[in-house]
Amino acid sequence: MHSAQNIVEARNVSLTFETNDGPVQALSNVDLAVRRGEFVSFIGPSGCGKTTLLRLVADLEQPTAGELRVGGLSPEEARKARTYGYVFQAPGLFPWRTIEKNIALPLEIMGYSAEEQKRRIASTLELVNLSGFARKFPWQLSGGMQQRASIARALSFDADLLLMDEPFGALDEIVRDHLNEQLLELWARTSKTICFVTHSIPEAVYLSTLIVVMSPRPGRVTDIIESPLPQERRPLDIRESPEFLEIAHRVREGLRAGHSDE
Amino acid sequence: MTASAPIAAPGSASATTGAVLRRLSEGNTLPVLIVVTAIVAIWYGFTIYLNAPWQIDTYQRTGAEWTAADLVRDTMAQERPVLPAPHQVVAEIWKTVVDVRPTSNRSLLKHAWITLSSTLLGFAIGTALGILIAVGIVHNRAMDKSVMPWVIASQTIPILAIAPMIIVVLNAVGISGLLPKALISTYLSFFPVVVGMVKGFKSPEAIQIDLMRTYNASGPQTFWKLRWPSALPYLFTSMKVAVAISLVGAIVGELPTGAVAGLGARLLAGSYYGQTVQIWAALFMAAALAAVLVALVGLVQRLVMHRMGAKP
Repeated sequence: MHSAQNIVEARNVSLTFETNDGPVQALSNVDLAVRRGEFVSFIGPSGCGKTTLLRLVADLEQPTAGELRVGGLSPEEARKARTYGYVFQAPGLFPWRTIEKNIALPLEIMGYSAEEQKRRIASTLELVNLSGFARKFPWQLSGGMQQRASIARALSFDADLLLMDEPFGALDEIVRDHLNEQLLELWARTSKTICFVTHSIPEAVYLSTLIVVMSPRPGRVTDIIESPLPQERRPLDIRESPEFLEIAHRVREGLRAGHSDE
Repeated sequence: MTASAPIAAPGSASATTGAVLRRLSEGNTLPVLIVVTAIVAIWYGFTIYLNAPWQIDTYQRTGAEWTAADLVRDTMAQERPVLPAPHQVVAEIWKTVVDVRPTSNRSLLKHAWITLSSTLLGFAIGTALGILIAVGIVHNRAMDKSVMPWVIASQTIPILAIAPMIIVVLNAVGISGLLPKALISTYLSFFPVVVGMVKGFKSPEAIQIDLMRTYNASGPQTFWKLRWPSALPYLFTSMKVAVAISLVGAIVGELPTGAVAGLGARLLAGSYYGQTVQIWAALFMAAALAAVLVALVGLVQRLVMHRMGAKP
């Protein structure tokens, strides 16, 4: 199973939280392989462990059993090597920093030179279409723009892997469609691997090359779907095509199967 | 043009009056003025009421004829009234601030400066100490469990009881002058800073802490780039409380020590000799000093928060 092609590999990964009401199994025996350059969506109802799985990859939680490799390293080594950029559910921008200073944050921490910081801030701001807003403070931007700034922050140090935890969950549908389109474009331009957590079926099917369907209690993977949709160009109206609807149907079936076990 | 000028003049004059009235009604000035007027009126009422018995006593002893008008006038002009009238206090402040050289022992400014210097020294040490203790509490579980109860316990001891001890003990080890008084201010002022900064250092959101972890940021990086700026608003709020009680600490520190100078010494001397006017003048000077200090902290807060991009 170990292969240089795989940027994320999980074998029998389980995580049990100890709580006051006894142990809670958040993830049970997850097997997964994500190839380099893929766009993977994790979809499932709340409590299915999709966010937890992402946090395991990011070394923000540690598995209680099984083995997890990120870019061939242990998650901790991968985090220390700054292998990935993480986009949270909320933008989490520092309110006392301007947008450009927020994007500079990881660059400052990682010790980039002032010139290099400037160059990267300009290029990532352009990538997320925020070029005119470098000197603005976060509160001066809309929610969608703030989330784009947080994506720019995660892109600025050019990690191979982008982990995104429901980044557009709090935004309205129109803004969300627009950002989805931009995200696909960005993915095509940068050849990064993206792991994307969502609970929206259309979003998952529209964005992904690989869809991981999960179900709760205990959190586990119930289906892994390779998307037959073209990788290159996906106009928004692809969502009305029969292929799209067929995959969406299969995802829905997977979600339903997970629920009916209870 | 010249013909229209006389007509325009009265119009513009009434326009400015209107603008002034509007500003008065919209701003804080009018409410503040009303409250101050009410307080002064009540004060005069009490001056007459409280000083009248002694005044009537005096009239009867001397067998003088007196009217109600005499009584009102005389109650406001006693040398050692129970409650001096506002204008007596103002006159005393004027006399001891403006009419006297600032270097004279009778100058209220000199006494205010002596108290202010130990207030500021104590406040500076207290703020620094408070921040250091808060850093320790936030970063070290053992300190969180062991230090915080002592910090709280320290404030349950009446400062009046511990102030003479501090002065005596420090004198015994050869430390006297400004520092012992300042340390009493420190004793009071470090507390709000500890409490505020512990809360401030813990105020970053979970995702902001996680974010720093994904960058593999070091402890000092997380502190200086996240925890410190997050805590600054809390620091200023705490410092406003701390600077005011630092002043209280400095005054209290002057009471048991037999200090010859400072606002505390003025209060004590005033009460020894029944100089109520002097006491009230010192009290007002202390209140003005506290107001100025709190306002200064507030000004620095506004400037810093503006630079940190706070919403206007």
